[in-house]
Amino acid sequence: MNQYPMWKYLLIAITVIIGAVYALPNLYGEHPVVQVTAVRGAAIDEATQASIANVLKGSGIDVAAMEQLPQGLVVKFNTTGDQLQAQTVIVDALGDDFIAALNLVPATPDWLAGINADPMYLGLDLRGGVHFLMEVDMDAAMRQADERYVSDLRSALRGEKIRYLSIVRMAGGGIEIKFRDEPDRDKSRTLIGREYAGLQLKTVDSAGILLRVTMSNQDIREARNFAIQQNILTLRKRVNELGVAEPVIQRQGDNRIVIQLPGVQDPARAKDILGATATLEFRLADDVNDAQDAVAGRVPVGSRLYYERDGNPVLLKKRIIVTGDQIIDASSGIDSQNGSPMVNISLDSKGARKMNVTTRDNIGKPMAVVFIERKVTTRIIDGKKIKTSKETKEVINVATIRGQFSKRFQITGLDSTEEARKLALLLRAGALAAPIEIVEERTVGPSLGQDNINMGFMSVVIGFVLVLIFMVVWYKIFGLVANIALTLNLVLIVAVLSLLQATLTLPGIAGIVLTVGMAVDANVLIFERIREELRNGNSPQASISAGYDKALSTIADANITTLIAAVVLYGFGTGPIKGFAITLMIGILTSMFTAIMGTRAVINLIYGGRRVEKLSI
Amino acid sequence: MQIFKRETTIDFMAKHRLAVILSLLLMAVSLTSIVTRGLNFGVDFTGGTLVEIGYQTAVDPSEVRTVLQGAGFDDAIVQSFGTAKDVLIRLAPRGELSSAEISTSVLEALYKAYPDQLEMRRVEFVGPQVGEELTEDGGLAMLYALIGILIYVSLRFEKRFSLGAVMALVHDVIITIGFFSILQIEFDLSVLAAILAVIGYSLNDTIVVFDRIRENFRRMRKAGPEDVMNVAINQMLSRTIITSLTTLMVLVALFIFGGEIIHGFATALIVGIFVGTYSSIYVASASVLFLGVSKADLMPVEKEGEALDDRP
Repeated sequence: MNQYPMWKYLLIAITVIIGAVYALPNLYGEHPVVQVTAVRGAAIDEATQASIANVLKGSGIDVAAMEQLPQGLVVKFNTTGDQLQAQTVIVDALGDDFIAALNLVPATPDWLAGINADPMYLGLDLRGGVHFLMEVDMDAAMRQADERYVSDLRSALRGEKIRYLSIVRMAGGGIEIKFRDEPDRDKSRTLIGREYAGLQLKTVDSAGILLRVTMSNQDIREARNFAIQQNILTLRKRVNELGVAEPVIQRQGDNRIVIQLPGVQDPARAKDILGATATLEFRLADDVNDAQDAVAGRVPVGSRLYYERDGNPVLLKKRIIVTGDQIIDASSGIDSQNGSPMVNISLDSKGARKMNVTTRDNIGKPMAVVFIERKVTTRIIDGKKIKTSKETKEVINVATIRGQFSKRFQITGLDSTEEARKLALLLRAGALAAPIEIVEERTVGPSLGQDNINMGFMSVVIGFVLVLIFMVVWYKIFGLVANIALTLNLVLIVAVLSLLQATLTLPGIAGIVLTVGMAVDANVLIFERIREELRNGNSPQASISAGYDKALSTIADANITTLIAAVVLYGFGTGPIKGFAITLMIGILTSMFTAIMGTRAVINLIYGGRRVEKLSI
Repeated sequence: MQIFKRETTIDFMAKHRLAVILSLLLMAVSLTSIVTRGLNFGVDFTGGTLVEIGYQTAVDPSEVRTVLQGAGFDDAIVQSFGTAKDVLIRLAPRGELSSAEISTSVLEALYKAYPDQLEMRRVEFVGPQVGEELTEDGGLAMLYALIGILIYVSLRFEKRFSLGAVMALVHDVIITIGFFSILQIEFDLSVLAAILAVIGYSLNDTIVVFDRIRENFRRMRKAGPEDVMNVAINQMLSRTIITSLTTLMVLVALFIFGGEIIHGFATALIVGIFVGTYSSIYVASASVLFLGVSKADLMPVEKEGEALDDRP
């Protein structure tokens, strides 16, 4: 009685071995590294390696190892302090053409890495880093989509020589075209209907001869999708420029984007760069009219009033020469003549052509660079969400056009090298298709992350040891067997988490602690039942058998209901809460296996198939 | 070792009137507090900014408050967090500053006032729109968990049992939340997660007792429902106590060693387990009894389904 067939023992043994192997990488820890990658055609060669080694030595930072890997040049350090310092040093030494990102590289031995055994993936609350949830301003995106149509329709009508009085975007969305007479309207209606199948057209005669153009639902959906996709693309480029290893950038729901930047130490800078909607415009300055008159309210036709950083008014022409999205590359540098910070700009061919023509025709005249930044904030007033968007336009530089130029040129007039660097970065990464607002931020500093790991580990160990002691005191040999199962359960949870590469968070560790406490429940149920059977006068062997059999359905019922709660938690939870749900779910499943099959196997090995007078329970 | 050398024969059901009164009283106190005092919601639900700063030496929160007031943050709530070296700063959402900028300017002001003496430990900012959603999702999660459990228990047991289980859960949730309301302990997302775990745990307990009640109904053909339940609860008593004990042990370890952040979570679970253990003994069984379960309801469950189908 009470013997398992061979296959069950084998199954358990194999599970134990696989579990142990996949849990193993977690024992090796991680190396702090700086990952250097080249951008914009630069390459990492031996000279780069030598210069990195050199500057680090010069700053007194110890390098543990340096190797060229597919993801770039990986420089390993002994401490995170060294790593942080080294990043700054490397960035300063190599400049804009290289990106130095912080990362943690598992110190897993090759034979384990070879079978895809990796340590658990730590969440941001454990490794430190920044989590942002960003909301794309869809109203602005729709406005921009309308404006694109306004300019498209304008050139389409012009191309067909159809005359119109005005073409404007309506306040509530959509476009209104005003015509002189009906035939013009009919012609344009046919034209737009043919060329732009997605647009809905409606003639209105209330205030003149009007044609109202609105986007179809399908078009609106596409425009929204476009705005999100475009923003994700831009944000990805910006994150790359920030130098973050293993960033997560994902769409969430209709209009949100999640960004996770592990290891980022300076959330202020990350926020600044990710959320920025900065772009540039190049305009000719109006050197005929007086800016002071404009301040007094008399702005001349064809010009617009702007201010410089110090508050000086400047009049600029309304017509834009080149906008930021025509910039294909930008890098910061120092003007060799006067030592002031500057940004080198390269334009695409369309922008270059326009710049070429403008500068040719306007030599000796002033041209201005306008810096535009838009910010959105939401606040709740009287229970209603109110979105405000603030646009700052500043003239950062007005310079005289000294000669004809097109594709490449410099702009100066920036406050600091840091500002030049940031502007270059934003111009390189491109503008956001629609403004975004950070609606949630969770940043954990590196020291707190480490503390969380230590405290979490400590509570798992202490809780675990307490339960082990309790079980042995309470159930003697059977308690010992339950303890083996509990240990195996812990190993399996770690192994499954490592295999799935599910994110381990602090609540996740709490989930493991809770599982440790609850996992013995199955054994308590079984053991109490065995005691009961013994009390009822059954033989030890029969009691073991009956104890396991009768407790089974109770254990299953109890665990399934907890599993329901965990699944719901996973479905509704965000970030850290999901981590709790995951470990709880895994823990329930592994504990069923270890507490029922695992303990039974050991009990069978001890008591099975022989005469037993008394059970140590 | 055993708590009870032989099977106990405590007459739990005889005292069920007393238990009902106690439960109703606790629930009334909890609900009153929840309605009148409300919950001390964390930034997860209210929206706002939370900044945790670690100083190198002990620091007086009121001093930090003065620095922040000087920087224009008059509404900053500053308190020590865990140790005297850590402070937690809370700020309500505000209009004039872009919400994400608040933490940046708070940190700037503090870096200026205490150069090289502090480090940012944690920043949490939740925009008003997200806070609203989290509250909604939290409520829905609780509701769906209860519905899911209701369905599962009614599939496995008789309908009255599932009602009894859910009543016990509602009881546990109300009293645990009430505890947070009365003591005004901060209620954040992790506490919500803990309460969902309490639902799972308490149900676990209840199911185990129900399972035994069902078994006994079939075995003890002559006994009345009260006796059957009494015997089941007594049979399960040591298990109920031991499991609660081991779970409490790990939770106390978590509370003491897991750090300040996890306190709310551990507290909710500790309270929940006390209440859940009590409710699985009294509330769940008492409500089943109150709903009038008889032996006939528990004789092979399958037949009951057929009988229903046979009705015109």
